[in-house]
Amino acid sequence: MSFFGPGHGACPGCGLTIATRNVLEALEGKCFVSNSTGCLEIVSSQYERSAWGVPYIHSLFENAAAVAAGIELALKALKRTDEGKVVVFAGDGATADIGIGPLSGMLDRNHDVIYICLDNEAYQNTGNQQSGLTPTGSNTTTMPAGELMPGKTGRKKDMISIAVGHGIPYVATATVAFYADLRRKVKKAAEIEGAKYIQIHTPCVTGWGIDGKQTLESARLAFETALYPIIEYENGELTKVRKIKDRKPVEEYLRIQRRFRHLFKHPKGQEIIRILQKIADDNAAKFNLDV
Amino acid sequence: MKKVVRGFYSIAHSVKLCKPNVIAAYPITPQTEIVENLAKMYSNGELGDCEYVTAESEFGAASILVGASAAGARTFTATCSQGLVLMSEVLLNAAGMRLPIVIVNTNRALSAPLSIWNDHQDSMLLRDGGLIQIHVETNQEAHDMVPLAFKVAENPRVMLPFMVNMDGFKLTHAYEPVDLLDQEIVDSFLPPYEPPVYMTTKNPLTFGSYAPPHCYAEFRVTLQNAMMRALDEIEKAYKDWAEITGRYWGGHAVGEYTDDAELVVVSMGSLTGMVRDVVNEMRREGKKVGLLKLRTFRPFPVKEVRNALKNANKILVFERAVSFGYEGPVGIEVKSAIFGFTPEFYSFAVGLGGRDVPREEIVKIIGDVYEGKVEQGFHFGTIKEFEEVVV
Amino acid sequence: MVIRITLGGISKPHSSKSMKTGDWGTEFPIVDEEKCTACRACEHLCPDGCIVVVEKGEKKVAVPDYDYCKGCGVCFTACPADAIRMELKDIYKLDVC
Repeated sequence: MSFFGPGHGACPGCGLTIATRNVLEALEGKCFVSNSTGCLEIVSSQYERSAWGVPYIHSLFENAAAVAAGIELALKALKRTDEGKVVVFAGDGATADIGIGPLSGMLDRNHDVIYICLDNEAYQNTGNQQSGLTPTGSNTTTMPAGELMPGKTGRKKDMISIAVGHGIPYVATATVAFYADLRRKVKKAAEIEGAKYIQIHTPCVTGWGIDGKQTLESARLAFETALYPIIEYENGELTKVRKIKDRKPVEEYLRIQRRFRHLFKHPKGQEIIRILQKIADDNAAKFNLDV
Repeated sequence: MKKVVRGFYSIAHSVKLCKPNVIAAYPITPQTEIVENLAKMYSNGELGDCEYVTAESEFGAASILVGASAAGARTFTATCSQGLVLMSEVLLNAAGMRLPIVIVNTNRALSAPLSIWNDHQDSMLLRDGGLIQIHVETNQEAHDMVPLAFKVAENPRVMLPFMVNMDGFKLTHAYEPVDLLDQEIVDSFLPPYEPPVYMTTKNPLTFGSYAPPHCYAEFRVTLQNAMMRALDEIEKAYKDWAEITGRYWGGHAVGEYTDDAELVVVSMGSLTGMVRDVVNEMRREGKKVGLLKLRTFRPFPVKEVRNALKNANKILVFERAVSFGYEGPVGIEVKSAIFGFTPEFYSFAVGLGGRDVPREEIVKIIGDVYEGKVEQGFHFGTIKEFEEVVV
Repeated sequence: MVIRITLGGISKPHSSKSMKTGDWGTEFPIVDEEKCTACRACEHLCPDGCIVVVEKGEKKVAVPDYDYCKGCGVCFTACPADAIRMELKDIYKLDVC
């Protein structure tokens, strides 16, 4: 029994549909989905072409967390909580930018909701525009690499710390590169009462400029370079990290993606690569990632 | 039981009797006391199984109700002004999704300049959004309209958000004797909400699909049809209400002396009481004036308005808002409704941003129009002499 | 043709099945049933949920659903047993003269 698809309109090799399928299967389809506007919504919820096999709602771009809170309250009031868990699927823009207010409210009130941020690191539905979770140096259509600019100059927003800062019981990162780990985290989240935030690294073939055959490889390299640490917080404490054996230089991750290709020839490219390497090194030190 | 209460309490009391499942609250003057009273009831265990939640914004409050309503809950919130504007994206979405959320809007001016005081600029912004909108004159009327709003919103032939507009401060904070409803009466009028469809794992439907061009227009037709059906359903609900409570609120638009009036004055909201008083006085003086109290603003009651205005030589609309770049929004609607008639037409924007509207102002405007001393068209009421400067 | 317009745009579950996406890709996966260990890595990682492990005779093997497979190659890269290869569809095999 599939809870999502087939027949949806995602690009071949799409990372976020991999994540979505695994989340739904980890919950055995016993869930209510609130989905923000974005890639996932567009590829799966056209009228009379729904890919969903679980109760699903899409309202707006920035309110999926609040809508989920409302579902949770209704299930409580109507004594129907045994029907399933409430899950949000929202993109990185919907999470870290436009929807951060409603997300903060939902986390702060500690609703019994699993919030899944599908992090493909830009507004990919509309064609790779920069978001708060776009990494440094990434070439997007709203901050393209040019003579002067080397792509994004700011940092990737630390949503994990923001989520942890709300005092919620469970915060984790995951990646489509390790689906068993992803499923374990979702199952664990479902066992915990209160708000849960899981940010899943989901490669985007079109925005990142990779082939479907590189979807898993790029996700794995993000982890292996420590640019995307795979970590777990319970009740505010860092309880688990996925260790890296023979951590790789960030160039290995950057080189296979079109969005970073300019860094290898742009006058400011080396400086950006150094910044990214420092971010990776800092991650490795902060989370003690190296074996 | 008649009790002297303030407007915000008359709403909270009525909401409680409607047994909502989810209430989302966010403070904004002069609505705050409505949700404060509900919060007190919740805190004291008087709201039964209702979930009361404090949202992080009006946008969040409305969004919470979208989720709750789609999951099958009866839902309520109150807001106004900037809060209503912040909610607007959600409320328009709720209309398209056909979610019967009930909102009380305590009409307040819009910024800038910031003003916490009353006019109708806020609700006018949502004119085209697919929400049912009614305006009340008194706190008894506001009190009665809450069960009615749920009844109509949740009617399977309607299924639309319903916004009850009451004037901020002028009603919300006014003391008024209100015949407070009891549970038995409300129960006999308003059964528990039985949604025709809702989110459940037993039938995992997809809500909020997007519509490509091949079917979008048809969805908008169904929204328009539901709005137009609401005209009849509201009338029916008023009649049922009158049978149960003995109070008939007169339908969408209530005319007084409109049969033989040369001048009919159109008013909406709490100002109507004073306008009626002036009209009655002028009648006693033998002047042929009448009153049309407009209660339903969306859907717009064209038939009732045409019928009430068909004999008038002059029409005067008291506006509580401005459609900047044109004229007063109620006048625009009324003129469009009487297309084909050729009366003289006047409209006056009064009481903007809570400016007091003295009786003398109403007397003067009506008198001047009656006596032909005013040019036709749109005017502002009493405006102080001012000089426009940069700083 | 009369179209159905539901309340607020409600859609039925799995109605996307009417969209056969199998013609999107240029390649398609072929499973070597001898090598396949039925580990389900491909099943769990397919973005389209269109490769599943089924019983075939005495053995369990992964079987792609070509009605929906977009030929992305995720299963090919996910397979730990090297049991999946990608092949170009005949219509894309062009003779260059």
